[in-house]
This record gives sequence, C-alpha cells and structure tokens, in this order.
Amino acid sequence: MCLGIPMEVVGLVPPDRALVELGNVSMEVSLQLVENVSIGDYVIVHAGFAIEVLDVRAAEETLQLLTELAEAEALMDENETTDGEVAGE
Amino acid sequence: MHRLIREVLLQYLDCPELTPLDDAAEVVGGGERMAFSTDSFVVKPIFYPGGDIGSLAVSGTVNDLLMKGARPAYLSLAFVLEEGFPMADLVRILESIKRTCEQAEVSVVTGDTKVVSRGEADGVFINTAGVGSILPGVNLGGRNARVGDAIIVSGGIGEHGIAVMAERNGLKLGGDIASDAAPLNNVVLPMLERFRGVVHVLRDPTRGGLAASLNEIARASEVGLTVDESLVPVREPVNAVCDLLGFDPLYVPCEGRFLAIVDAKVADEVVTVLRAELNCPRATRIGEVGDASGGLVQLRTASGGRRILDMPAGELLPRIC
Amino acid sequence: MKPLEELREPGLLRKLTRRLSSLRIPAPLTLMEVCGTHTMAIHRAGLPALLPRNLRLLSGPGCPVCVTPAEYLDTALAVAREHHVILATFGDMMRVPGATGDLAGLRSEGYPVEVMYSPLGALELARENPQQQVVFLAVGFETTAPTVAATVKSARECGLGNFSILCAHKLIPPALEALLADPEIAVDGFVLPGHVSVVLGSRPYRFVAEKHRRACVITGFEAVDVVQGILMLVAQLERGEPEVEIQYARGVRPEGNARARALMDEVFTVADSTWRGFGPISRSGLRLREEFAQYDASTRFPVKLEAQAEPEGCRCGKVVRGKVEPTECPLFARVCTPDNPVGPCMVSSEGTCAAFYRYSRRERGEKGSGSRLG
Repeated sequence: MCLGIPMEVVGLVPPDRALVELGNVSMEVSLQLVENVSIGDYVIVHAGFAIEVLDVRAAEETLQLLTELAEAEALMDENETTDGEVAGE
Repeated sequence: MHRLIREVLLQYLDCPELTPLDDAAEVVGGGERMAFSTDSFVVKPIFYPGGDIGSLAVSGTVNDLLMKGARPAYLSLAFVLEEGFPMADLVRILESIKRTCEQAEVSVVTGDTKVVSRGEADGVFINTAGVGSILPGVNLGGRNARVGDAIIVSGGIGEHGIAVMAERNGLKLGGDIASDAAPLNNVVLPMLERFRGVVHVLRDPTRGGLAASLNEIARASEVGLTVDESLVPVREPVNAVCDLLGFDPLYVPCEGRFLAIVDAKVADEVVTVLRAELNCPRATRIGEVGDASGGLVQLRTASGGRRILDMPAGELLPRIC
Repeated sequence: MKPLEELREPGLLRKLTRRLSSLRIPAPLTLMEVCGTHTMAIHRAGLPALLPRNLRLLSGPGCPVCVTPAEYLDTALAVAREHHVILATFGDMMRVPGATGDLAGLRSEGYPVEVMYSPLGALELARENPQQQVVFLAVGFETTAPTVAATVKSARECGLGNFSILCAHKLIPPALEALLADPEIAVDGFVLPGHVSVVLGSRPYRFVAEKHRRACVITGFEAVDVVQGILMLVAQLERGEPEVEIQYARGVRPEGNARARALMDEVFTVADSTWRGFGPISRSGLRLREEFAQYDASTRFPVKLEAQAEPEGCRCGKVVRGKVEPTECPLFARVCTPDNPVGPCMVSSEGTCAAFYRYSRRERGEKGSGSRLG
C-alpha cells in the first residue's frame, strides 16, 4: 500500500540522509531504513524515507516481460480499431 | 465553496451581471462594454518559488479580466496587514506588484491599507479589483461552449499549485519548480484580436485546477466535455511532485495558464499561433465538446478506458497512501 | 534508466489492457485488492470497464483511514481541545469523521493542526516550538510504521521532550486472516499490497496460499503493474496451484526489508486492535514498547470519551470487507458524498466509495457517449 516513488540518489548527506531526484525535482530523505546505498542507486521513497533500494535488474526484467506480452498481444489482435479503444466490451 | 456561493451568497446578491459567475462580470459604462473583477489573495506562504502574494494579486485579477476578453486598464489595491508585519517583506511585495503591473500594462489607481492587531490576520491579505474594456466583437463566457468545439490548454498545468505546496510542506525541493503565475495580456489580447468571434470561452484554471474549470464550463454550457488524458501537458517536475505527494495534476491550481474553447475549424491554427508567436510552447488541443451529457466531464485514459473527472471535493492535501 | 517513464509508456499499457480485456475466463472469478492505493490506481486508469467477463474485482481493507475507528479521531480531537497540543498528521486524515467532528473542523475552530508529508516533519515542528507539545497521529500499515519507529528513535536520541505519538498502526496479515475466517467471503485470489510487502516480504502471506488455497500476487502500483498482477493471478488460478508470487520484483524481495522490520520491532510491540467494520482483531495492531512510553500521547495526555455508535445506515464495515458494493449502501451518493462524507470509505481519497464515486459512478449510464478527437 501507500505512495512510494522511485528516485535516483544523487548525493549522500551524512550521517543517514541522501539527496534524491526525480524529474528534475530533488529532496532529502532519511536512509535509516536501508543500507549500502550509493550514488546512482534508485530508492523507493515513502513519507520522507527510503524504504528500499530498487532492484534495477528486476525492473528491467519486468519491463522486458511486459513488452513481450504487449508485442504478443499486438500480433494476435486482428481487430485493432484506429484509436486503440477496446473492440467490444 | 460552490455551495456557499450558490446557496447563501446568491440569495442576497443576484443580478443579471453576476449570474453567469464568470471570472469577470460584463458591465456597461458610458455606453461601452467593460469587464469588472475582484479577487482576494491569502496565499501562504507569501513568498514561493517563482512568485509571491503581490505578483499573484496583480496577475490574478488581470487574468480574470482577460478571460472575459477585456484589455485590463485599472486596478484597485487593498492591504490588510497584521500588526508587526515586517517592513522588508512589505517592500518586497510592493516591488513585485510594481513589476507585475508594468508587465500587465495596468495602473493601480486607488487603494487602501488597514492594520489589524496581531493574530487577526495571517500576515497579510490583499484584495485587488480591476476594470477594462472588452474588445469589440469578442463575446466570452462559461455558457458559450458549443457542441463540436475544441478544447485547448495554453501550457503545462499544475505549476503554481505545486510550487506553493512544495514550499508549504517544507519539502525543500530543489530543481525546476516555480509558479507559473504571470499576467497573460501579451498572449490573450493578440490571440483574441486574431481569432475574434471563434473563441467562445476562456477560463483560467486556478483553484481546483483544470478539473474544476472543465466542470464549471460543462455545467454552465450544459454540454459534455471529453479530454484525452495523455494529451494534457504536464511538465516532468510537476508529475514528480504529484507522484510524491499523491496529487492528480488535473486538480492542481495554475495561475498563468488558460483553457480556450474554440470553434473546431480554427483550433489547430490557434495552437500553432500560440506556440509559434505567443510564447506558449506547450499549448495543446486536448479534447472536444460533445453532445449534452448533463454537464459531464470525461477522460479518455492512457489505458484505453474512460473515467469521470468530477469537481474537486475539497482542499488539496498531501497523502501517504 | 527512468523506471517510471518506461512503465508509463501509453502504447504498452493499451496493449496490456487489451490482453486483459480479451481474457477468456470460463467460470466466474473474484479477486480482491487489499490495498486502497490499488483501488485508486485501478479506477484512475479506467480499468473496471476493461475487465473481461467473469472477472470481478473487490476492494477489501487496506486503507488505514477507512479502518481507523471513529474513537481514534475523537481521542485526537479531545487531546487537542483539553491539552492544547499541536496535532501533526498525514493529509489523509484531515477529513475523516469522528463522532465529535474532524481535524479540518478542529483547525477551523482555531486549534493548531499541521499536515505533514513525513513523520520527520513532526519532529522538526517539535524542535521549532520547544514551548509546545507536538502529537503526531501515527496511522498506517507496515509501510509507514517503520518510518514512525525511526522517527521515535530519533526523538529519543536527541532527547526531545515535547514530541509524542498517538499510535494506530495496523498489520495486514492478521486482517487477511480475519477476512478468510469469514465463511461468506468468496474470493479466489488477492492482489497484495506492494509497499507493505517491501517491508514484509512474501513469507507472511504464505498461509493464504497454503492454508486457505487462495492465489496471491504482490503487485506494484503503476497501471501496468496492476494489469500484470491480475494476469498473473488468473494464470495462477488456471494452473490450480496457489502460491505467493511477486509481480513487484523491483521493490519486493522475498525476505523483505529486515532492517525496517527490526526498527519496527525495537520501538513497537504487537497488540490487539479495533478495525472499523471488523471490530477487534487480535494481535493486529502496534503499540509503543515500555522503553518508549514517554512518547505515547495516550498516556501523556489522557482524555475521557463517551462511547459513540457508528452512523446509522452506514455500510462501511461491509464495504471494507468486500461484502457489498458502494452502490448497495443506502447512503451512497444520496446522503454520503465526498463533500459530505458519513463514513471513512467516502472520506479517504482512496476509500472504496470515494474512488467509486469519483471514477465510475456514472459509467454505468454513459456507455458509448462522446465523439472522437480530431
């Protein structure tokens, strides 16, 4: 549950905070709940805290899998309407 | 707020000029059609990235006059100051007012200042009222949207609200966040001069954002509006803050943007002119006015589905869930 | 790499939802999303109209606002009125109705109520106002509880004497257990909350698959995540081997976040807790441990409350359990609207009824309307 957004770590603020960035917006978060965070990592931010380091490889795998599913769907779908709306319901 | 106005205020104050409840009222003065508008400004914090309560007080009323197709000319300016309000802050606000008036080519011709005891006002409240002549041949109002019209937005939405919200929540967001509040005279007047007669509605999406304005127009004109969610311009930093705080950008206030409902035949040309000549690089056609669906605003979502875009329910509050 | 941008690519989403819409499901299936943020995401993406035949999506508990009993709000209001503290709260709580009013109303009466993005903001508020007491309303599930635990620890480390919390944290697995103990619940699979699971991992849900034979997929919150999660659940049910799968692999590890759990465990201990619509569920909430008693606002600022009954006609309890749809509640959209909410399901921006009202209420009467663009 809850809002959690992946943001890139662009700076470390000792002892236990980091500067994180998303879409040209940056803010400071607490690292009290995570460990071994480096600049360049992505962290999931919730309520001012990093709650986990994003597994970039898993993210890429998810994206890959989703893309494959989508491609398979596009191939199978012979009744594609011009504006992309679902045919029938 | 809408209920307060409809159910209480209008019981005492109804008259033909007030009834349309547009951004400015059309009145007749010396045989000429004029627009007359007022607004009070209570924004907190009073200084935020990209602006302050002073510049907002000028551009807010100036833009309301422009939304009625008028060339803003004269403003009144009234201050209510809390005792002990720092002089340096007041000077900063005044400098900002002066600059914005120059930008908007208006003059403050009358004013008032009151000081109240500590605790009776939150720092400073400002009221401005403004008047200007409506351009000949221009007839704008919330009731004028017609079936088949196109909906255009002049630029990226949500920037003012996000700047204020970020500052207010002590988010200390570095980067690209600034209020978009600005007087629109250099955009709206040339646009109206060029497209007289085929622009039917102008509205600036302030409180309640694009969603509120779309709903107000849909209700006033008794039409259905449909907007393509993926076409609405939202700059990356605004999306980022909305993601963080749990806002829907469609509900976040703008202060330097307008919605235009125009004849579909000229819509693409209007967008081209806005982008190429009038400094609105993100102006976009985002939807259309459909047949009467009882004042409904619908969104075509990115997934290919639809959802209803309702009037905002209350204050924009950051969420964790 | 820009994680969100790529996942939000419109073409990708459209193709995936087409796959979802064209699923052939032989016998009726009911899935439950446990988390209010999932409810919001689903409605905001316009997904309900795109579900295939024979697939139903219910909204269960998972909105901490929805399940916080009115008594908690009344306690907070009383603490502010009687002890003149500054209340600090997440925005979600501002319009939740207690029997004696809500926080927004309290603020308009002149009492200080500050909206926080982070519990750390409440600490800063306490530091900036040493002459006043700050009470933070600690609401939320296992995603949020560790952040509050870390905040309380920080308060102790800097010896902050004017900060305390009113704790109402609740735990998801016991709620699932209670849901599944209800014989009337006919749910085949669960869309499990992504960020709670970042903390918990997948093990605490194993009983749902193993003991109760329900499919489980821990799912993220982007529209494509939700679609993939549903596709995975349907596939799992087709295979007939219920398990706990992780769709949200980029955030959730099977072992979860041990450090966050350790912090939670250091500061809080498990306690019985009352859930709106469920009543008391044993060992389903958190309270501060003895060592942190000085940060417990309920003992520092005791108040006496009158027992209050829930509003008449309100079906929030059944809505939260997935037993009735919002439209089956007699108050929905008549007496109870986002402007005038009766129970928390309408107040919370992610409450089942609020989401339903805002995003789908008129869908049923509006098929095939609107013209094409361009």
